[in-house]
Amino acid sequence: MTDTEPTTREFTELDQIVIRFAGDSGDGMQLTGDQLTRTTAIMGNDIATFPDFPAEIRAPAGTIPGVSAFQLRFSNFDIHTPGDDPDVLVAMNPAALKVHVGALKKNGVLIVNTASFKATDLKKAKYESNPLEDGSLDGYRLIEVDLTKLTRETLEDSPLDTRSKDRCKNMFALGILYWLFHRDMQPSIDAIRAKFAKKPDVVDANLKVLQAGYHFADISGIFQSSYKVAPASFMQPGTYRNLMGNQGLCLGLVAAAKQAGLQLMLGSYPITPASDILHQLSTYKHHGVVTFQAEDEIAAVCAAIGASYAGNLGITSTSGPGIALKSEAIGLAVMAELPLVVIDVQRAGPSTGMPTKTEQADLLQAMFGRNGECPLPIVCARTPGDAFEAGYEAVRIATKYMVPVMVLSDGYVANGSEPWRIPDEADLPKIEVEYAEERTDGGEFHPYLRDPETLARPWAVPGTEGLHHRIGGLEKADVTGHISYDPKNHEHMVRTRAEKVERIAADIPAADVLGETSGDVLLIGWGGTTGAITAATLRLQKAGHKVSAMCLRYLNPLPRNVETMLRSFKTVLVPELNCGQLAMLLRAKFLVDARPFTKVQGLPFSSQELEDGVMEALNRLNANGGEA
Amino acid sequence: MSTAESPLTKKDFKSDQDVRWCPGCGDYGILNAVQTAFANLGKNRHDTVIISGIGCSSRFPYYMETFGFHTIHGRAPSVATGVKLANPELDVWVISGDGDSLSIGGNHLIHTLRRNVGLKILLFNNRIYGLTKGQYSPTSEKGKRTKSTPLGSIDQPFSPISLALGAGATWVGRSVDIFAQHLVSMIEAMDAHQGTALLEIYQNCNIFNDGAFQGFTEKSVRDERTVEMRAGEPLLFGPDGAKKAVRFDAGMAPQVVTVGEGGVAEADLPKWDPSAGSPAAAMSLATAPEDALPVPIGVFRDVQRPKYEDETIAQMQQAKAGKQESLEALLTGSETWTVG
Ligand code: SF4
Repeated sequence: MTDTEPTTREFTELDQIVIRFAGDSGDGMQLTGDQLTRTTAIMGNDIATFPDFPAEIRAPAGTIPGVSAFQLRFSNFDIHTPGDDPDVLVAMNPAALKVHVGALKKNGVLIVNTASFKATDLKKAKYESNPLEDGSLDGYRLIEVDLTKLTRETLEDSPLDTRSKDRCKNMFALGILYWLFHRDMQPSIDAIRAKFAKKPDVVDANLKVLQAGYHFADISGIFQSSYKVAPASFMQPGTYRNLMGNQGLCLGLVAAAKQAGLQLMLGSYPITPASDILHQLSTYKHHGVVTFQAEDEIAAVCAAIGASYAGNLGITSTSGPGIALKSEAIGLAVMAELPLVVIDVQRAGPSTGMPTKTEQADLLQAMFGRNGECPLPIVCARTPGDAFEAGYEAVRIATKYMVPVMVLSDGYVANGSEPWRIPDEADLPKIEVEYAEERTDGGEFHPYLRDPETLARPWAVPGTEGLHHRIGGLEKADVTGHISYDPKNHEHMVRTRAEKVERIAADIPAADVLGETSGDVLLIGWGGTTGAITAATLRLQKAGHKVSAMCLRYLNPLPRNVETMLRSFKTVLVPELNCGQLAMLLRAKFLVDARPFTKVQGLPFSSQELEDGVMEALNRLNANGGEA
Repeated sequence: MSTAESPLTKKDFKSDQDVRWCPGCGDYGILNAVQTAFANLGKNRHDTVIISGIGCSSRFPYYMETFGFHTIHGRAPSVATGVKLANPELDVWVISGDGDSLSIGGNHLIHTLRRNVGLKILLFNNRIYGLTKGQYSPTSEKGKRTKSTPLGSIDQPFSPISLALGAGATWVGRSVDIFAQHLVSMIEAMDAHQGTALLEIYQNCNIFNDGAFQGFTEKSVRDERTVEMRAGEPLLFGPDGAKKAVRFDAGMAPQVVTVGEGGVAEADLPKWDPSAGSPAAAMSLATAPEDALPVPIGVFRDVQRPKYEDETIAQMQQAKAGKQESLEALLTGSETWTVG
C-alpha cells in the first residue's frame, strides 16, 4: 500500500510488542485481532495469540460478562506465549477497560473509544466516576479517540445504515494500529474484499474506515512515535503460515490419512471449543473426507467406530462432557481392537463448567474414564503448530496398534495461533497400513491372531472374501475371537491389551529436554502449558539457575526418559491447569516427589507465575542446604 | 462385490457357535428365517455385515456365518451408519430388540430412519427385557406386573411402527416369529428396499413374557385376529370363507366390515397402498388398539427417498470435481511467507 505510506514517521525499534483488544462481543474484537495476526505473521514476525471469549450466551451489550478480548504478541525473536501484560490496550467501552486495564503495563499505551463512555455506558460497567476524567488512568499513555464519530464521518456518503456503519469502527482502530506498528494493510484489504465479496457496500465501508484510521494516526499527531519490530531472524528457513490449533489438528489428521491411504471419516456433535474441527473437516470433502454430524456424542463415536471397522480411519472430536458420553463406546473400540482417534479439546469443567475457558482437567478421564481395565494411548497438542503432529501421530499409532488413541488439546491451544513451518510432504513419516488379505482356502479366520511385535490384531475389513468373523464387546478368546468366559483367558486378554499400549513406548521419541539432564528444578508439563513453561525456563536459565523443562506430547505410555529425568533433579514441579493430575500419575508410577503446581481459573499460566513458582522452590532448596 | 462363492445354502449361513437362547425362544425361528432368506437371496458371506446392540436378540451375529459386530446397548444403528458411510457396497443388517432400540437407543433409531441410511433393521419385539431377567419395556402393556413393576406398569407403551412412521421411515413392516413363510417373505422384501427398512418382529419370550402375542398368533385365532396388508389388495381377513375387511371412516379411524353385509362390496373396498403419498392410513393401523382390530402384518410403508450414503458420496464427488488440491497445497493454505 504505497499510497498510504506516510513520508516521514518517527519510530522506535522494539524487539517485541504485546497488544490486547477488548470490547463487547459485538465489537468484532476477534476479527480485528485475527486481521492483525495474519498481517503480522506474513511480515515474518514470530507471533502468539490468545483469544479470550466470553460465555457463549451473549451478555447484554456494554456489561462486564460481555467483554471479549484478543491478545497478540509479536517479536523478532523466538516467543512461546502470547505474553503476560500488554504494552498496548485498545478498550472499546468502559466494561472492557475495567476488565483489562489492570493488566496493562505501566506507562503502556491505552486507546479508548470515547464515544462509549457516556453515563449509561459507565453505569453498565459499574463505574462510579468516569475513569477518563478521574485521574485513575494517569499511569498510562491515554489516547482518546471518538471511534464512532470518526467512523460515521468517514462513511457520510455510504449507503449503509447507521448500525452497519458503526460496526466498522473496529476497522478504524485497526487502521490506527497498522500505522502505529508499521504493518502492511494489503493482506487485510484482500481479506475484507474476499470476506464480503457479495456485499460491495460493506467492502467499501470497511476499507474506507481502515484507511481513515491509518491516516488519522498519521496526521493527528496523537502518537509521539511509532514502533517497528523487525522480522524474526531465528526462524528455520522454509515457508511459513499462520496456524490455529484446531486447524493444525485437522491438517495433521488429513495428512496422516492421506499418507496411510485411508479415507477419513469424522463422526462429531457440535460442542465448544471443538466444533471448529467439525467445521474445518467438512470443507475437506474434496480430499475424500467424510463428515457426519450425528444426533449425539454417542452416535458420533459409534459411527466412527463403524467406519473404522469397515476400513476407514474413524475419528470423533469433542470436549470433556462429550468424552464422558462416549466412554462406553471407546471401551468397545478398546475391546474390539479397532483403530480410532478420539479428540478432546478440553475446557473448564466439571459438568458444563466454563465452555469458552481453557483447562487441562481431563487427563485422568482420558486415562481411566472407562469401565474395566481399559488403557489406551494418549497424545496431546502442546502448541497450535504441534497439534499437527499430535494428530498425525495419533493416526500412526491407532492404525499400527489397532487401538483407539486419545488426543488431548485444550481451548488455549485450539484457538491460539502461531507461525508454522509448512512441512515437506516427503518429510512426513510413512504410515503403512495393511488390511488382512482375502483367503479362499476355506479355513477359519482368526481375528485375534496378533502381530508378535506390536500385539496388534489384523484389520479384517468386511467385504474381504474368507475373512468373515464376529467381534464385539464381550470378552473373547485370544486368536479365535470367540466369546470366552474362561478366567485365565480374561486375565490374559486384559494384560495383553495393556501390554500392547505399553509397547508403544519403544515406538515414540524420548521427550525433549530443555536444558541440562540434571539440576535443581525440573518443570514437567504437558499440552497447552508448554509455551509458558518454555518461556519461564529459558528466562530462569539465562539468570543462571539450574532449571530444566520437559513438556510431554506422549502421556500414555510415557516416553522412556521420563523416569530418569524425574530422578535427576532435586525438585520436580508439575505445572498443570488442574488440581495435579499428571503429578498424581507420576507419583503413582515412579514413587517420586513430583510436586503439583496448579491453577484452575479457566486461564493459562503466565510465564511470570511459573518463574515465581520455581524461584520459591529454589529458595526452599537453598534454605534447606540444597535438599528438597 | 465378489461372487467367487457358489450359491450358498441356508446351512452355509450357520456359524459353528452353539446357539444359546432359551429352548423354545422365538429367536430361533427368526434366525432360521434369516438364514433361509439370505440363501434365497443369493447373498454371500463376506459382503454381509450383521450389527447388533445388547439384549437376547443381539447375540444374533454370533450365530451367522457372515461378518458380525456385537456392539453396545442401543447403538447398533450408529455403528451401522458408520459402516455404510465407509463402504456403501456392504449389505448391512441391524439386529435389535424393544429395549435396545426403543428405550436406550431410541434416539439413534429415529435419526437413522429420518436420514434413510441403507440399513435393514430387524426389531425383535418381545415386550420385555429378557437378558436382564424380566423388567418391563417401552412396549410392555400398561398394568404389566414384572420384577420392576410389582404393582403393575404405569408407563404408556408405544408402537415401534408409529414411531418409525413419525420419523419419516421409508420402509416399515411387521411380521411374527412363528409365521415362518411370512417372515421370510418380509425379509426378502425389505432386502430389495433402497434405504432404511425397519421390520418389527413379534417375538415370544417364553421365559419372561410367554404368550404375549398368543391372543392373535395362535393357529386357532390367527385368521380372525390378524390382517395381512398386501399392496394393491383390500385389507381382507377372516377364517375360511368369512370375508371381513378393514376400511377407514371419514376420520381415518379403521373399522371392521363384513363383505356382503350392509352394502359392503369387495370391489368398493380401498386397496392397500404402502406407497401412498400420506402415511395416514399406515399410522391409523399402527395406532389402533390391539384388541379392537385384527393385528396388521405385512408392509405398512414403502416409499422412495435418496439414501443417506449416496448423497454423502455425491457431495464428495461433486467437491472433488469442483476442486483438485494436492496435500501440499492444502497444508500451505492461502497466506504464506518465506524465511531464509
Ligand atoms: S429370555 Fe426370553 S428372549 Fe431371551 S432367550 Fe430366553 S426366551 Fe428368548
